[in-house]
Parts: sequence; structure tokens; C-alpha cells
Amino acid sequence: MSAVSEKLPLIYNEADWDFETLKRAYDAIEDIGLNDLGLDVYPNQIEIISSEQMLDAYSSHGMPLMYKHWSFGKHFARDQMTYQKGYTGLAYEIVINSNPCIAYLMEENTMTMQALVMAHASFGHNHFFKNNYLFRQWTDAEGILPYLDFAKKYIAKCEDEYGFEEVEAVLDAAHALMDQGVFRYNRPPRLSDADRLAKIAARVKHEETNFNDIWRTLPNSEEPEDELEERQAEVRNIQLPEENLLYFIEKASPVLRPWQRELVRIVRNIAQYFYPQKQTKVMNEGCATFVHHYIMNELYNRGQISEGAIMEFLHSHSSVVFQPEFDDPRYSGINPYALGFAMMEDIKRICEDPKEEDHEWFPDIAGSGDWRNVLKDAWANYRDESFILQYLSPTVMRHFRMFAIGDDSEASHVEIDAIHDDRGFRKVRQALAAMYDLGMHEPNIQVVGADLGGDRTLKLRHTIHNGRKLNEKTAAAVLTHIETLWGYDVTMEEEDA
Amino acid sequence: MNSFHFIDRRKNPKGKSLGNRQRFLKRAKAQIKEAVNKSLRDRSMKEIDKGEKISIPSKSTAEPRFSHDREKGAREAVHPGNKEFSAGDKIKKPPKGAGRGKGKDASDSGEGEDNFQFTLTQDEFLDIFFEDLELPNLVKRSLKEIKSYAYKRAGLTVAGSPTNMNLVRTMRNAHGRRLALKRPSTKEMNELKERLFQLERIASPSEDEIAEKKAILEKLEGMEKRRRFTPFIDPLDIRYNAYEPTPVETTAAVMFCLMDVSGSMGEREKDLAKRFYMLLYLFLKRRYERVEVVFIRHTHHAEEVDEETFFYSRQSGGTVVSTALEKMLEVQRERFPAHEWNIYVAQASDGFTQSGDAKRCVEMLGEEVMPISQYYAYIEILDERELEVFSDADSGAELWRAYRTFAPQWPNFAQTRIARPQDIFPVFRELFARDRKEAA
Repeated sequence: MSAVSEKLPLIYNEADWDFETLKRAYDAIEDIGLNDLGLDVYPNQIEIISSEQMLDAYSSHGMPLMYKHWSFGKHFARDQMTYQKGYTGLAYEIVINSNPCIAYLMEENTMTMQALVMAHASFGHNHFFKNNYLFRQWTDAEGILPYLDFAKKYIAKCEDEYGFEEVEAVLDAAHALMDQGVFRYNRPPRLSDADRLAKIAARVKHEETNFNDIWRTLPNSEEPEDELEERQAEVRNIQLPEENLLYFIEKASPVLRPWQRELVRIVRNIAQYFYPQKQTKVMNEGCATFVHHYIMNELYNRGQISEGAIMEFLHSHSSVVFQPEFDDPRYSGINPYALGFAMMEDIKRICEDPKEEDHEWFPDIAGSGDWRNVLKDAWANYRDESFILQYLSPTVMRHFRMFAIGDDSEASHVEIDAIHDDRGFRKVRQALAAMYDLGMHEPNIQVVGADLGGDRTLKLRHTIHNGRKLNEKTAAAVLTHIETLWGYDVTMEEEDA
Repeated sequence: MNSFHFIDRRKNPKGKSLGNRQRFLKRAKAQIKEAVNKSLRDRSMKEIDKGEKISIPSKSTAEPRFSHDREKGAREAVHPGNKEFSAGDKIKKPPKGAGRGKGKDASDSGEGEDNFQFTLTQDEFLDIFFEDLELPNLVKRSLKEIKSYAYKRAGLTVAGSPTNMNLVRTMRNAHGRRLALKRPSTKEMNELKERLFQLERIASPSEDEIAEKKAILEKLEGMEKRRRFTPFIDPLDIRYNAYEPTPVETTAAVMFCLMDVSGSMGEREKDLAKRFYMLLYLFLKRRYERVEVVFIRHTHHAEEVDEETFFYSRQSGGTVVSTALEKMLEVQRERFPAHEWNIYVAQASDGFTQSGDAKRCVEMLGEEVMPISQYYAYIEILDERELEVFSDADSGAELWRAYRTFAPQWPNFAQTRIARPQDIFPVFRELFARDRKEAA
């Protein structure tokens, strides 16, 4: 740690903030973030919003631009009630994986909180978004905002044109398949595919120049010849089984009209955009929490924030990384902030001050002292599952007093499989990593057949793992939704892996 | 160096998700409506206009996804906070259903199908309730708007009244100040005192012990002094919630409830009338910031009473309806000048009055009451059996027939009959329906 002998002047001294102070704080944070930690970030755009606007943003996946749908209203209604009754607080920040990276600060925050949030979101999350391989490969930070803007306008236009019940029916059905609407293994096509956007723009333009009120009332059922061919070529290229149900339906559904296909594509693209976030909760939050913790402490060491400020910071920080134990009424699973932060702090410790067991467990990094690069490498190249499998140390397992518990529906007992002792460390680590493997939690459902030339029945298959069957009630409801999109019979078979 | 910039979005329009909310309400409309009606049944007249926490079955707004059946198959999980388990321990599962927590019901409505709870604003609540109804003749008279002040939260201040004290802030400040000024805690002092007590019990203390005793005494004295200077809570710590008056323009309405309470009006009749008044009150509340209610009951003699007396006490005597009108005019002249108030009158009666009085009522209505009133509703409460007899709108008791001839001259006069609770809402809707063609 760079010991600064000379103390710098305080950046701020009061709880209230103004834009001048924010600017000074940002510069100080940036100095530590870039020059000390060596983070690599997108340009930052920081927006100040009120708590009501925060609630607004909350309900639509935290995105600043989102199309309209009743389910967002439902989430808003619930969040608003729990917030107003004081059951839950609001998040201090929302950050968006885009370039520039947009972070929202709440107007009500104190200056210390604003500094914390800037360090957390504008440097921690931002670095993670820019460098983690999942985000680099699977999302398009440049294209997401223009794309959402397009989606929002497109859907609004469809509502005008075809009535919002029609639009809602398609969106409801597509939302039900969001978990099955992502490519997991091969790379999805880019959002901002210049060709495609140009094509859509050209189509809109064409409609505008050839505007004729008589045509407007006709159902838009005609698919241009060239697009039909292109789509059918794509369908022929699909190799069954196909894991991306939305993609298959969008391309191959016998009944969808062109605008309905576009809606399905929008939902699919959004699902794909959020897919990496689902796989990196622990890492993403851990990275941001580690960064804000380091930066705030460094600001204090440099004399740029006061004792009062660091106290306030520690208070917020410790409630963020609070981990209730399993028998605590507040317990609702492992807190990703707590786990991620603890693991990353521990990596730093292993690099700087390893114990004997650390040499045995982490020979590559123990005592290397270069924790900055070790962490950066981890942030860039792992997701939750692999990160835990690689880096969860005995120290952290002991600290959390972790235990693995097996539950077989056939048995009358649950069994403790392993605990935080020498015999159990590896087992616990494996079990915890598996909990973050989405493949284990989301049912594995694939399209195995669609008799396009015959009776057009769509055949789906659920591959059963560990005897875990589908929940029949929700499955029936989702199948009805699929039938809406497919237009013909849909069957589902369950098969043991 | 990275570029960056701040954007102040606070002035952006709020309620971006309003469109989503409307879509949601629309989707769950049938259920919401049912819930609204249900919640209305057991509320008193004045508390009815609050926003309402609504709970609807989540089925209508479910967002199904494929998921695993939690009851089947094997799974493994890691939890923190192990205390006594070691590998290989077996723990008996709780009996089926018992361990699932009470929030989730395992009924046939589907797994985890909790009711979906959210809060309707007052406006949304009443909008749903009074859908398609309109207050007639609202625009007829331009009213002088009465300025009044509403208090809004405006942060914290250091001065205020004790009731507005913000305890959390105050205690937090006090705690910080005590830490900063190193105020000795009671615990520390007690420890010292304990030690002192021990020392004093020693019969023949050594020199060291005497010195220690002295030191402790001095220290205690110093601590006492410190504590006197740094009180547990200092006036400096105290913070109050600040409220700022903001002027609001209000429009006001007064609603006169007139009711015959003579012997012929039993509990049932009064209950029906109450429900009707309640609806009217709510309805007015929606349009006016301020609604006063005046209760006038009458037999052969009329008096102004409070709500309780109005609905629940009995009186005997003859029936002279016009006395109630007189009383109403008297109150109105005294307290509710017609140029400042919107005046609504609702009269409930079983239709009987002293012979000749109906004529007098009509005269008073025509000359004095109607010209100043926004709306006058007369409801006649019938026995269920009578409903058959009086199915024809033209026949009826004396008052009904008299009003019947009078009604056509005044578009803002309405009369109708109620015999059963379930009639009330339809009748109410009929009276205020948006395009009311003809009153009953």
C-alpha cells in the first residue's frame, strides 16, 4: 500500500453535496481507481435522480429506456408499497452496462454515500463490465442503449398499429420463455448489426414515403419475398436440438407475422443482454464492493475524507456485506456482496500475507504480493461458478462456517455432506460452486423437433438432472404461452439424463 | 484521463412507469374491482376515502417460467453459520408442508401463489369504484377558491415542537457526540465503583491499595465531571422533522344529509340510507378537497346532530318533512354561504309525511333550496314487498308523487327508490351516470 506521508486537503466536510464537491470527489476517486488500482473503465456518465425516479428505474430491469409492459407496472406497485411502508430501502445506485457507463445517484444520498456509490458503480462495476469475458463476448455495451430506444419505439408503434392487447399477448408469451431464450454456448449475433438496423430504417422510410391511408388499415401479414427466403434459410441452418427456444420460435414459427417476430427478437436480445449478469452476481458485486472499500479507505489514508465520513462509510459498508446465518430469521441465502467481498479481500491477503495452508491451496499466488493483477485476472476471466471453484479459500469457508447439506426428496432425512473442516473444504467448495451454475438451476429444455412439413407439432424435451422434474403447473402455463407463439400443438417430454 | 460528466435528471418528469402501472391495473381490473368492493363493505363513512392496500390473487398477473418442482429430486445447498453439525449428520425433515413457511399456500391455486399485494392510491381506488360516474352540475357555478395550507416534509431542523422530534437522527447525533467527547459510559463507571467497593472491604489495605483507591476516586470524580459536561443527550443533538406549509387551492362542498327518523324508519331503512350517504360522501370527496357533512334528522321537528346520533338513536313522533328543509336552510345561511360552497342535499325518507306537508316541501324546494343547490337527491326507502306495488314510477306515497311533478323543472333534482342493499349501487350509478337521460 502506498503510504502517503503528506496529507491532502479534505474534499468535503459536510453531509450535503453539490456538483462542485461531486466533481472533486470524482477526480480523487478516479485518481485512486486508475493510478493505484489500475482499473480500466468505460467513460462515466453519472446521473442524479430522485427516489421516485429510482423506483421507476427499478421496475423495468433498471434500464433507463424500456418498452411498456404491465409486468413492470406490477413490480413497481410492489416495490413502491414495500418502500413506502418501510419494509425495504432503495438501492443506493443503479448502474448500466453501456458505453458510456451510466450510473444513477440518488439525490437523497449524503456526500459520503455519493462518493461510495461513484467508487462502487462508476469504477467497480464499470471495470467489471468492460473486462469480464462474459460481458465482452455476450453483450454489446455500445449498442444496448440505441437498441433499447429502437425497441421502445418499435413496440409503441406496434401498439398503435395493432392494438396493445395484441402486442401484450406476444410479449407475455415471450417473457415466459426469457430463461430459455439465450444462447449459452455459441456467440449470439451482435445487436447493433449495422445491416439490420439499416434495413429496418429503410423499411420505415419506405413506409413513410409510400404512405397511403387505405393500406394502413390492412393487416400487415405480408412478409417481403427476400426476407422470407432469408428466414427460411436460417431455419434450415438450425441444428436440432436447439436450446434457445425464443430463437427457434422467432425463426420457425409458422404463424407469427413479421412484427411479432420482431417483438420476440427484442425480448430475446434483452434476455441475452442480462444473461451474463445472472452468472456473475457474486463477482460483479464483489468487485464493486472491493473497489469501493479500497478507494474509500485510501481516500481516508490520504486525508481527503474526514473521520466522520469514514465512519459513515463503514456503517453503510458493513450493512451491505452483512451475512445472516442460516438460522437467523433474516437469512435468505448467501449474500453475494458478502461472499464476493470476502473472497476478494482474502485473495489480497493470500498475496500479501499467506498462511501455510494458503501455500498449499494457492501455490501460484500465495505471497506473490501482486494482488492487483491477480484480482484483475480473476475479474476478467471467471464467472461465479468457476471463480468459487478456483478461489474459495479455507479461510473464507471457516469464516462463513459453511456447510453443505443434501436433500433427496425420496429420503426422510437431509444429510450434512460436508462442513468447514479439512475433510470437507473441497466438497463444500464444489457444492457452493454448483449453486452458481445456472445450468443446474434452470431446467434444461430444448427443441427436439418441429414437423414443419407435416402437422407442425413443436416437440420440446426437458432433460432431467438428479430426478428434478418440472413444476407441472407453471410448465402448463408456459406451454400455453408457447402455443400462442407457435400456433400449433406443442408437446413436452421429460427424459432422464 | 477518462472523460466523464454529471447529468442532473431530477427535473425530468416523474412517473415514467405510469404507463406500466395503468397497463397493470387494466390487466387485473376484475380482481381489483372485486377487492375494492369488498374492502368498502366494512368501513365507516369518514375513513373510507383513504388509499387502500389491495390484495388480489396473483393468478391473473402471474408470470410463469419453467421451473423445477421443489418436491422432487435431489439437491445440495451450502449455507453459512454452522454451529453444531458435522459431516454425516442426519436431520429429520419436517412433515410435509409444515416447514414451507406460512406465506406459501400449497393449495390448488399453484405453488407459491401468494396474493399479490400493492397499494392503490386514493384516486385509483375511487376511480375504479366510481368508474363511469360523473358529478352533475359541477361547472354550473364558479366558486371562490379557498386558500388553505398543507404541510409537506422539508428535511430536518434544529428547532421544532417535541412531537416532531426525529428520534433516530437525534440519537445518532447524541451517540456520535458522546463518542467524540469521550463521555464515560455507565458501564465503565460501574466497573470502577465495583473495584472501589472491593478495595474498601479490605480491612487493612496495603499502600498500593490505598494509592489505587485514591486513584480510582480521583478518576471517578473526573468521570463524573466529564459526564456533567457531556450529557447523554444535549439540546445540540436534537433534530426535528421540518414541515413547510405550502398553499393549496381548495374547493369546498357541503353535503346535507336529511333523514326521517320517525318510528316508521327502522334499523334496516337507516342502514340503507347510511350506505347511500356514504357513497355520496365518497363521491364528493373525489371532486372537492374539502367536504363538510351536516346531519339533520327530523320527525315533526328537525335538529342537527352528529353522525352517531343520526344513524343510531331513535326518536318517536310524527313526520313533517318540511321542518328538515327549514333546518337545512337555516344551517346553510348561517355557515355555508352559497357563493363559497357547493351544496349537495340528500334526503332519505320512507315517503310518509303529514298531509299537506308535501306541497309545502315542493314550494320550499322550488323557491329556496334548488336555486342554491348543486344537486338534490331524494331516495325513498321501501319495504321489499312494497317494491312490487310501486313498480310504476308514477304511483307512490304522497311525497314521491309531489316530487314527481316537481322533478322535471329541475335537471339537478333526482328521486329514486331503494328496497335492498344491492339496489344502492345501481341506483347510485343511475343517478350519477355520465349521460343521465332521465332520473328513475
